[in-house]
Amino acid sequence: MLEVRGLHVRVDDKEILKGLDLTVYAGEVHAIMGPNGSGKSTLAHVLAGRPGFEVTAGTVLYDGRDLLALSAEERAREGVFLAFQYPVEIPGVSNTYFLRAALNAIRKHRGLEELDGMDFVALLREKLKLIHLDQDLLQRPVNDGFSGGEKKRNEIFQMAVLEPRLAILDETDSGLDIDALKAVADGINALRGPERGMLLVTHYQRLLNYIVPDRVHVLQDGRILRSGDKSLALELEATGYAGGVSPAAAPTSAAVAPAVAPTGTTGTR
Amino acid sequence: MSSKAIQDLASQEYKYGFVSDIAADHIPAGLSEDIVRIISAKKQEPAWLLEWRLKAYRHWLTMTEPTWANVRYPKIDYQAMVYYSAPKSQSDAPKSLDEVDPELLATYEKLGIPLREREALAGVAVDAVFDSVSVATTYKDKLGAMGIIFCSFSEAVQEHPELVRKYLGSVVPSADNFFAALNSAVFSDGSFCYVPKGVRCPMELSTYFRINAAKTGQFERTLLIADVGATVSYLEGCTAPVRDENQLHAAVVELVALDDATIKYSTVQNWYPGDKEGRGGIYNFVTKRGKCAGRNSKISWTQVETGSAITWKYPSCILQGENSIGEFYSVALANHYQQADTGTKMIHLGKNTRSTIISKGISAGHGQNTYRGLVKIAKGATGARNYSQCDSMLLGSQCGAHTFPYIEVKNSSSTLEHEASVSKIGEDQIYYCQQRGISAEDAVSMIVNGFCKEVFRELPMEFAVEAQKLLGVSLEGSVG
Repeated sequence: MLEVRGLHVRVDDKEILKGLDLTVYAGEVHAIMGPNGSGKSTLAHVLAGRPGFEVTAGTVLYDGRDLLALSAEERAREGVFLAFQYPVEIPGVSNTYFLRAALNAIRKHRGLEELDGMDFVALLREKLKLIHLDQDLLQRPVNDGFSGGEKKRNEIFQMAVLEPRLAILDETDSGLDIDALKAVADGINALRGPERGMLLVTHYQRLLNYIVPDRVHVLQDGRILRSGDKSLALELEATGYAGGVSPAAAPTSAAVAPAVAPTGTTGTR
Repeated sequence: MSSKAIQDLASQEYKYGFVSDIAADHIPAGLSEDIVRIISAKKQEPAWLLEWRLKAYRHWLTMTEPTWANVRYPKIDYQAMVYYSAPKSQSDAPKSLDEVDPELLATYEKLGIPLREREALAGVAVDAVFDSVSVATTYKDKLGAMGIIFCSFSEAVQEHPELVRKYLGSVVPSADNFFAALNSAVFSDGSFCYVPKGVRCPMELSTYFRINAAKTGQFERTLLIADVGATVSYLEGCTAPVRDENQLHAAVVELVALDDATIKYSTVQNWYPGDKEGRGGIYNFVTKRGKCAGRNSKISWTQVETGSAITWKYPSCILQGENSIGEFYSVALANHYQQADTGTKMIHLGKNTRSTIISKGISAGHGQNTYRGLVKIAKGATGARNYSQCDSMLLGSQCGAHTFPYIEVKNSSSTLEHEASVSKIGEDQIYYCQQRGISAEDAVSMIVNGFCKEVFRELPMEFAVEAQKLLGVSLEGSVG
């Protein structure tokens, strides 16, 4: 469902991504790992459509369409969701109001009826259970006065409500204590499904103890240097990013899943 | 225009005044004692009221137009204005919505104004108008049974002269300021409300007022009295855009709350702000003041100001009675080339008086938004307390937000708190909303409405919903 080819991205005249390739099939969970400054968050935001990133070369296809031609809100309505590393506060706007506006914008785009208040509240309650969150979250202003952990869990809650096709989670595990990490992982696992692709951007292997990825990629210096299965994450944990990875030994094409043999059994284009 | 035209029409035959034997629509431009006399005569006013007007006029001649406000506009030629306009005749009114400015209709649509009301608001000469008269009459009977007087100012002068005479000018003296003096001399009409002892007005005086916004005209005068133990909530204005050929509007509103009385006065003002280049638009120079005359009385102002080219307005409270409470909740928006200089005065005279000020200023385009407020604690106001919060939000880099809080304290037992903040609407916030599927325009509207929430929740429910939509519509095109 997602095909990134030779993506080059500049931010403020500095080249951050230098020819990145990545293919994600529906039903797969991919982990993108890498040291600070390697371009992980840039990748997440370029896919989500944040202004201020200049794509100088390369293509991104999402379900066969040119993703880069769409505005951020169009991408969201087409099912691309980014769980922010630093969720933004919107004082005075309740979570319920915000989510309803978002869900209805998405539904409208897809030619569906807007959900009425009762149905919407029922939906929210069901999703809250999934993430093990309290109801009081619904009336609180979006991320305003939330603890770090609450913000991250709220992102997953939003994801559960909006049911994206492609979910990008940007360091959703950072700043979480072990209980919160488990709760977030439970939520993410509950949302795995044959139609949904996920991209987990993370520094650490520990998240992958709870969410087992189909593929693991090492992003370094703006390129994917190595790809493998979950054992690669464990190897990195042991040796670090500096050890074990040799650019020469890891052609970028390794990141591209072979066209004939999708990695997961559930994989469909 | 709009509601004014309806009112003109609705009240033309229905109420007195407007006896048009002296060529009602042909009063020469300019202001003189003769003009004041003609206005008074046309309204068949008693001699004392004419004297009151003349005194105001003579004083006005000695005054100069204030220049301290943070607004700029070309000099007003007071001799070029016409000070009495006759009611519009039905033959001038549009026959159907097809004849109404499409832009106006588009705005009604966005605001979600019901179809039937659109015709009335646009001044269409149809049965809707007569419907509204009968609706109004029904309300009036119901209120009348409880002893509540709610009528046009002219009618009150005729029917309740003792009340008008007792309270007119008791809060805003005729010589109070330049515009108040001008209004006192030439006021056209307005509203009068008296709620008798111990009566709790059973409804928001809104539906009635909205349909029956008594031919306000250029110089509106409102007088509202809540007698001992009375409670009333009064809504003024309308979210529908109001256009008017008169550029200067100088209204006066006086509120009087006696012992244990409560007055809640809510305004949504959406007069024509001029076009995107700043041409045209209403100058809204208003004096609004309430007096908490009695013990334990309370006056609460809530305003949402999105219209007018220039706003000069300071709804204030004189807290005279012991334990009386004054509140001011304000949202003021200045978009395009709009200028708003608005705020409040809380004058603490009595013991243990309390006041709260929550002001939210939003500037966009080239708009300039000024908060100007005074908190004054007099010597005798032992134990007085005030809390002020002035927040400004900027959209874009061409606009401005200014805050001028004045504090005068003459009693050391008082407590004052002042908080102020300025924020710029964040690109991060907009992007976050967009990433959830919400358009940039809806995001701005949502973020601004969130910013104003503390004020909106003071508005009566139906008004609050309209005000939120209004803010969104008023901000259209301010991002991009």
